[in-house]
Amino acid sequence: MSALLSISDLRSFYGPSQALHGVNLEVKRGEQIALIGRNGMGKTTLLKSIMGFMADRRGEICFAGASTLKSQPEDIARAGMAYVPEGRGVFGSLSVVENLVMSARPGVSGQQRWTLDRVFEVFPRLTKRRMNGGHQLSGGEQQMLSIGRALMTNPDLILLDEATEGLAPLIAQEIWKTLGIIRGEGIATIVVDKDHRSLSKVADRMVIMTKGEIAFDGTPATLATRPDLLEKHLGV
Amino acid sequence: MNRSLTQPTNLALGLVLILLIALPFFAPNYYVQFASKAMLMGMLALSLNLVVGFGGLVSLCHAAFFGLAGYMLGFQSPESAGASLWLSLPVALLVVAAVAAVIGTLSLRTRGIYFIMVTLAFGEMLFYFFHDTKIGGGSDGLYIYFKPEIALFGQTLIDLDNSRSFYLLVLASLVMTAGLIRGLVNSPFGHALQAARDNERRALSLGFPVFRLRLMAFILSAMIAGLAGYFSAAQFGFVAPQMLGWHLSATVLVMVVLGGMSSILGPIVGAFALIGLEEVLKSAFEHWKLIKGLIIIALVFALPGGLQQLTRLVLPKSEGPHTGKDSDNQPVEADHAANLGSLSDPMTGLIQPPMTSANAKGLQHV
Repeated sequence: MSALLSISDLRSFYGPSQALHGVNLEVKRGEQIALIGRNGMGKTTLLKSIMGFMADRRGEICFAGASTLKSQPEDIARAGMAYVPEGRGVFGSLSVVENLVMSARPGVSGQQRWTLDRVFEVFPRLTKRRMNGGHQLSGGEQQMLSIGRALMTNPDLILLDEATEGLAPLIAQEIWKTLGIIRGEGIATIVVDKDHRSLSKVADRMVIMTKGEIAFDGTPATLATRPDLLEKHLGV
Repeated sequence: MNRSLTQPTNLALGLVLILLIALPFFAPNYYVQFASKAMLMGMLALSLNLVVGFGGLVSLCHAAFFGLAGYMLGFQSPESAGASLWLSLPVALLVVAAVAAVIGTLSLRTRGIYFIMVTLAFGEMLFYFFHDTKIGGGSDGLYIYFKPEIALFGQTLIDLDNSRSFYLLVLASLVMTAGLIRGLVNSPFGHALQAARDNERRALSLGFPVFRLRLMAFILSAMIAGLAGYFSAAQFGFVAPQMLGWHLSATVLVMVVLGGMSSILGPIVGAFALIGLEEVLKSAFEHWKLIKGLIIIALVFALPGGLQQLTRLVLPKSEGPHTGKDSDNQPVEADHAANLGSLSDPMTGLIQPPMTSANAKGLQHV
């Protein structure tokens, strides 16, 4: 299958300081990529660059066959990408249902696999909270709502930053389970998380970032044979 | 939040409406005119709250739209007859919409405190345009000798010289604009607007054209402000540059905050309260402005959510999500400064002391 997202020699800047130093990455349709690395190594910057939030980005980013290097975030979203940023950003003044319904739209190829009912089926917890305001939810529920909202746009690629950061282990389990469901649906994902063990169970590929570059890109099995890399780049 | 109204709330609203309809039939003329003026201020506050409360955009140029529409009526009014409302009102509103489109397109590229500054600057530009040129009589303003005519086939439908008819027309317009804003706020458009206020980046990530949504809200809000300005000019038969000045913009902002930004009708309550308070104090005290200031400060301390909170004490709490301004302060993204959600916070933080601890963060970001 052809690449859904292909990034070559991507360099991103925060004002004068360079955060990404020539990143190359390919994501195929339906592929699940785990992005790991220490804090400040450029994981979030990479996601922001892909989504179009880094104003100063150079190199080449192609999504679904078109260059998105100069595109605005809302246009990139409409091309079939969804972003679940760290900290979730649930719309506090809208109810759970409103949060979901407002995001609903068919995918780029007209697919409408994700509906309100489907999201509630995947996240039964949200069903009980459907009329609650977004800001009344717990952290885990907010993360579920945030992922559910991304799914409602029927995307081809989801960028998920710090998927389980600060969540109770039981809730984190549910998120990992959901990632399995998303993968089963053929939606590509790039997931950032600290928990590389859980990631290696769900992901097709593990990508390690260090100082704005990619230090490793391979299958979980390959990474498992290189404990030195984990030691060097994650300190575990 | 006033968005899902409960039955007792509806009942109370109905009673207030009946009282307002009945008012010109028993109250002295002075009070009918006074109530018309208050309702027009209410309409202006209502329009401002669409962008401030629901859009999170603190605009300081709404008086300019209000005054501009007034001048447009002035320009279209012949010396010896009234202008036709059918023509002059749409023209006035279209001019306001066009000016708002230009101001909005430029100012909506800025965020937070800068948006306030840019709208203030544009408002003052319009003020000085009328103040320093002869086009509208300069600082002397412009007289409108005859009220606009509402006629069909030569028959006068509503005689605006009759203060009772004028009052009822203004009341009807106010009810319609409140209904319009309520419909908007609960529509997908309104949800997206509030979503962008809560978290702009997140709204963009979902594919919402935030800039366009805000621009539409800004233009619409300006047109409602223009409607109020048009009627206001008609009521007093006079327009002056002061109508466009930032002083009025700020006063209306106080009405909005006083009434409650999270509700649709709150700003109208705020307008009535502020104008009513002025009226009472003016007749009773010499240094009434000082007392007014103290009362406003006391009210803000006692009712941080605005006067609309009072209704909650009387009426049962309505279900539905509460405006979660606080949610803006969670660590959303690294450059939260770009997040417009935090912009309304410094403003409310200045005016609403009980929220300052949460809002201090918002200020830092800006």
